[in-house]
Amino acid sequence: MKTDSEMQGLVLTPEQQKARRQRNVAIALAIGCFVLLFYIVTIAKLGPGVLDRPL
Amino acid sequence: MSFLSESRSGLTRSFEVSIARPSDYVALLKPRVMSLVVFTAFTGILIAPTHMNPVLGIASLLAIAIGAGASGALNMWYDADIDALMRRTEKRPIPSGRMRREDALGFGLVLSVLSVMTLGIVANWLAAALLGFTIFFYVAIYTMWLKRATPQNIVIGGAAGALPPVVGYAAATGEVSLASIALFAIIFVWTPPHFWALALVKAEEYGRAGVPMLPNVKGAGRTRRDILLYTLLLAPLGLLPWLMGFASLAYGIIAAALGAAMLMFAVRVCYNRTGPQAGRCAMQLFGFSILYLFLLFAEIAGERALVILTSNLAW
Repeated sequence: MKTDSEMQGLVLTPEQQKARRQRNVAIALAIGCFVLLFYIVTIAKLGPGVLDRPL
Repeated sequence: MSFLSESRSGLTRSFEVSIARPSDYVALLKPRVMSLVVFTAFTGILIAPTHMNPVLGIASLLAIAIGAGASGALNMWYDADIDALMRRTEKRPIPSGRMRREDALGFGLVLSVLSVMTLGIVANWLAAALLGFTIFFYVAIYTMWLKRATPQNIVIGGAAGALPPVVGYAAATGEVSLASIALFAIIFVWTPPHFWALALVKAEEYGRAGVPMLPNVKGAGRTRRDILLYTLLLAPLGLLPWLMGFASLAYGIIAAALGAAMLMFAVRVCYNRTGPQAGRCAMQLFGFSILYLFLLFAEIAGERALVILTSNLAW
């Protein structure tokens, strides 16, 4: 017969869970900042020309 | 990031996930080194004759900073074994057991590629190539080869730390100039007395880790002499920005005074060879060398920023 922990599968310790959550938030923030950086750089490089393109 | 392993009882399998926090990844980037890199690269951008778009300038600095951080992470990946043996570095994320080496390697490689590509897109590909070369030189030439092979490790390896102003100038202009090479030369010649002053005090730790620093291989006497020789070379080199015309006479006077002070500290290291006074003098030189470089570059950056601001206001 299987024990409770085996039934639950792989269990993370609270410390592991907390660290993983923090890492996930940090990765999300980093990706967000990266996207924002490229958006701002695109505007800065193209200037008003960003809207001036043939349809 | 994660791996399976048997639990102590051997009956259940626990899923071992890294306990590294974001702060550990920040520590991998060596923030203090990063700040020096950003500062010197910023000076490189400011001495450029062409004015860089501020947004592109900040984005370029960010890419250079991340590139520097990436090389720090790769350095910690490779040097984890010797970091564990030295008090100064034993609390770093890998030797302290909070992070696996492979994670640091992956982190460093991803950031290296991202930073070089970003600088290429934001500024130009010469600057990106120089940043890529800087990372390669620091990791492959210095960390993986020279550091454990020769007491001249930090002399040659110092080129990596000296390149950021050249990268910054290239980001602003798409060229490498004599002015940016002058800044490179100042940092390059500043590096040996700076690190050897620390190595004199930490010789025992470096010896334990098997890193062939100059005091361990050639002795403290030779190190003190070489510190003085490099400082004798550094003091006049510090005047180059004024002599080459991209810094004012005020800079020249400050550089001469700072060079004389640096020389005085180096002479004190040379003559105080024993007892607690010897270590104190070496640490004073180490501390002053940081102030020396900071003040030289701050003076140049300040002057150039003033010129740019006044020209913008006049316009």
